[in-house]
Amino acid sequence: MAADPLDDYIDAVAKALALPVADAWKPAVRANLEVSMRLARLVDEFALPDEAEPASVFAA
Amino acid sequence: MSLQPENTAAPGRDLPSALETVQAVKSGKLSAMGVTEAALARIAKYDSVLNSFTDVTAERARAKAGAVDAAIAAGNNPGPLAGVPFAVKNLFDVQGLPTRAGSKINRDSAPAPRDATLIERLEAAGAVLVGALNMGEYAYDFTGENIHDGPSRNPHDVTRMTGGSSGGSGSAVGGGLVPLALGSDTNGSIRVPASFCGVFGLKPTYGRLSRARSFPFVFSFDHLGPFARNVGDLALAYDAMQGPDPDDAACTTRPPEPASPLLTQDIGDLRIAIAGGYFQKNVFPEATEAVTRLARALGATRTVDILEAARARAAAYVITTCEGASLHLDRLRQRPNDFDPAVRDRLIAGAMIPGALVDRAQKFRRWYQAQMLELFESVDVILAPATPCVAPKLGQANFVLDGVELPVRANVGIHTQPISFIGLPVVAVPVPLEPMPIGVQIIAAPWREDIALRVAFALEQAGAVSAPPARGI
Repeated sequence: MAADPLDDYIDAVAKALALPVADAWKPAVRANLEVSMRLARLVDEFALPDEAEPASVFAA
Repeated sequence: MSLQPENTAAPGRDLPSALETVQAVKSGKLSAMGVTEAALARIAKYDSVLNSFTDVTAERARAKAGAVDAAIAAGNNPGPLAGVPFAVKNLFDVQGLPTRAGSKINRDSAPAPRDATLIERLEAAGAVLVGALNMGEYAYDFTGENIHDGPSRNPHDVTRMTGGSSGGSGSAVGGGLVPLALGSDTNGSIRVPASFCGVFGLKPTYGRLSRARSFPFVFSFDHLGPFARNVGDLALAYDAMQGPDPDDAACTTRPPEPASPLLTQDIGDLRIAIAGGYFQKNVFPEATEAVTRLARALGATRTVDILEAARARAAAYVITTCEGASLHLDRLRQRPNDFDPAVRDRLIAGAMIPGALVDRAQKFRRWYQAQMLELFESVDVILAPATPCVAPKLGQANFVLDGVELPVRANVGIHTQPISFIGLPVVAVPVPLEPMPIGVQIIAAPWREDIALRVAFALEQAGAVSAPPARGI
């Protein structure tokens, strides 16, 4: 069976971040990432103007 | 009603309110020490079942109660919360205790050198800290179940969840162990346990109450606030905790705006609407019944659609998992096996969200806030479910919402997340349905906690909302 591309992504990001991800955890990590990415896509699909400012808080 | 301090027999039934306790202590009918001993006795008697406390600070409480009694004896004003016992979610720094934040890892931390700001303010008002409360690990939780400390239990049916992540706060107040508790709410962690445990909870406007010296979760959304068994007590605690604090970068510089003196103001001029669309989907009948009851009691017939609420919830989810992952990245690297695996695996996934998508979520947040502020030009209060259902059974993994089977843990907060996402003030009020209570959110415009509290008070006076006596212990 071909590897899920998300598994490859998890392996690559885990390596880049030096995050230990045991094989036994991967199905749950993938399931969580699938939910997060589905919800992130919902946000991504919403068109905003280039001038839209993020709402994160900073006061100089 | 009995004000006997030795009364520990009927939790929640005969427990004096905070306000009654203050009056009794100030008038000399009760001593702060007697009230404190009664609270400690209730905790000793019932908490083996409820599991709401992780630390009982008995000696500290006795010392504080003695100081309150001494102040009264000396003719000094002991403060507006004189002798009122309270407890805090264990992510608040309590001097001398490691701030465990529901985790195994953090209990290895050094003892906190100083109390959280909100504890200092409540104690400056004469309240007496009696302990720290159970919570979901690192506040990433809606169930109140904790793998290290065991679940906090629902005082109305101990086989059910308290809700989380401030599960111990809901349980301790719902069970009548203390009249007042503090919790935190990032995506619903005050409003969910308030709903499941049948108590009042206030999630103030983002930035209203200082978060200094509490363990964070998501800086963009973290709020602290009180739980109580009636609106007067909720407002009393809220008022005592207000005020700027340079130790919290997000804390407002607005001066305190006390709500207690305004509670009895007529609400006839307020424009009250019911949240439609998203907030009327994905609910069990009891949530619909609760909102309908309150709308009827308030004479509210207008329904308003909160545009893009589902997307707001999605954006809150994304920002939460990303900021949470950032907070815990080193612990995920160094002690991954010491996390609750369910929390760890969600946080690891959160670390893998591309930054561009998180930035987009923050941009959407600004857009959504503008829409909501526009909506508040034509409405003062919005009613919405606090939870889609009454408390599920402990350990229940899934429920079916709108025909789709979903995990309980991630979805109990679907109606709270789009509101805290933009920091609106909310009072969660308990509708005492049988056999289990359920909460409704009373949502107001930013900085108008007073309006939400006035509506809650009017509903309480009308008998539409109340904290039921503990039915399960």
